[in-house]
Amino acid sequence: MVMQRAHNLWVPFVTLLIAFMLSALPMLEWVQWGWPEWVLMVFLYWVIALPQRFGIGWAFVLGLLLDLLQGTHLGINALAMVVATFIVILMYRRLRMYRVWQQAFVVCVLVVVYQCITYWLQGIGSNASSGFWFLLPAPISGLLWLWLFVVLRGIRRAFKVA
Amino acid sequence: MFKATDIARRAVIDPLFKGRSTVKKFFTYGFICIGLIISDYQFDQMQRFRGWLSVAVTPVQWLVDVPQRSWTWLDERLQVRDELIAENKQLRAQTLLAERRVQKLAALTVENFRLRDLLNSSEQLDEKVIVSELIGINSDPFVHQVIINNGFNSGAFTGQPVLDATGVMGQVIFTSPYTSRVLLITDADHAIPVEVNRNGLRSVAYGLGQYDYLELQDLSDTADIEVGDVLVSSGLGLRFPKGYPVAQVIEVQHLAGQDFAKVLAKPTAQLGRSRHLLLIETPQQQTQAQKEVE
Repeated sequence: MVMQRAHNLWVPFVTLLIAFMLSALPMLEWVQWGWPEWVLMVFLYWVIALPQRFGIGWAFVLGLLLDLLQGTHLGINALAMVVATFIVILMYRRLRMYRVWQQAFVVCVLVVVYQCITYWLQGIGSNASSGFWFLLPAPISGLLWLWLFVVLRGIRRAFKVA
Repeated sequence: MFKATDIARRAVIDPLFKGRSTVKKFFTYGFICIGLIISDYQFDQMQRFRGWLSVAVTPVQWLVDVPQRSWTWLDERLQVRDELIAENKQLRAQTLLAERRVQKLAALTVENFRLRDLLNSSEQLDEKVIVSELIGINSDPFVHQVIINNGFNSGAFTGQPVLDATGVMGQVIFTSPYTSRVLLITDADHAIPVEVNRNGLRSVAYGLGQYDYLELQDLSDTADIEVGDVLVSSGLGLRFPKGYPVAQVIEVQHLAGQDFAKVLAKPTAQLGRSRHLLLIETPQQQTQAQKEVE
């Protein structure tokens, strides 16, 4: 019985590890500006698919890891992740009903929220500024969602992650 | 008919679907985050804590660097014999040239020591060097930072100047046991005291958040500075050792009606390309770092 009820929970963590690696990949400067928020997107997929397993607690942990990886002040990415996850948990049932492009739009808005929080909190102690270009990853993340959603759904079904 | 016990049981089985629990969690973790951010800005002790936590993400940083490392490895293995011989020859020639210079430098160094002794100057030229390798770049375009493979276990410390073969790159701002984070001189939050090599004119070079530029903001309009002037670290501020090349002036604008000239300079270090870096330890900093440890 126990064997049958394996949930294959290692699968989401592997996808998250890959997302972490993608987010830390060294890039050309102009690519960096539009580099999507991989960790956020992959995590949001798993929240929508398995809300009973992935919630605000994990969002907090992953956000802290992102802070460590990117060298931002501890808690900045964590707060942004927690806020985005909270919004998704409030509406994941509706999100499941949406078409993929509608989801992509929501993801785009969530990335805007995420970027605003991290950018502003980082801006408190810094003097870099560049208009609204910091929001560029949002539409790109939205577009990418169309592809990422299909891939992650395929992975989830193939490994029967529950 | 719903009984109270039914509802209670459902709440136990499926707490997520009770809205209140989610909201409660949200506020709990939200406040923890805000607390962390504030304490990270306020207290220096967080640095140490952070250093140990960073070990958790070190594997990711190593993994990301794997393609680059394996490419270099393959490249070295697959190079044709002739190419290697040619490269070897070239390197030998370079070494010869460098050695000649070092010989001259040795004599000059001794002479300099003697003269400084005569002047009773406390300044020393000797510096300890750690060779380090770059293993990661910060992916945030607003933050010019790189990650190197030396942590406080191998002698890196916060505030340590970092050079590459051609100039000053930046300084260590944060150490963990196995890796450190280096803030580059072009970061918008960085400033380095410099002087013009030609005439000793002092200034401060500020980062602009762009890889190709530094700006000198505090030179008066009549200051003696020209395009092509080399800026070297002045050693004021007691962080960077004196005399290392920092940047070369590429543009001097005299704006009518402004008291200050606008001077742009290009960093001499290969900020976007260098993989091998030098961590410098000046004698003063060594004693300072030891004091901090004690």
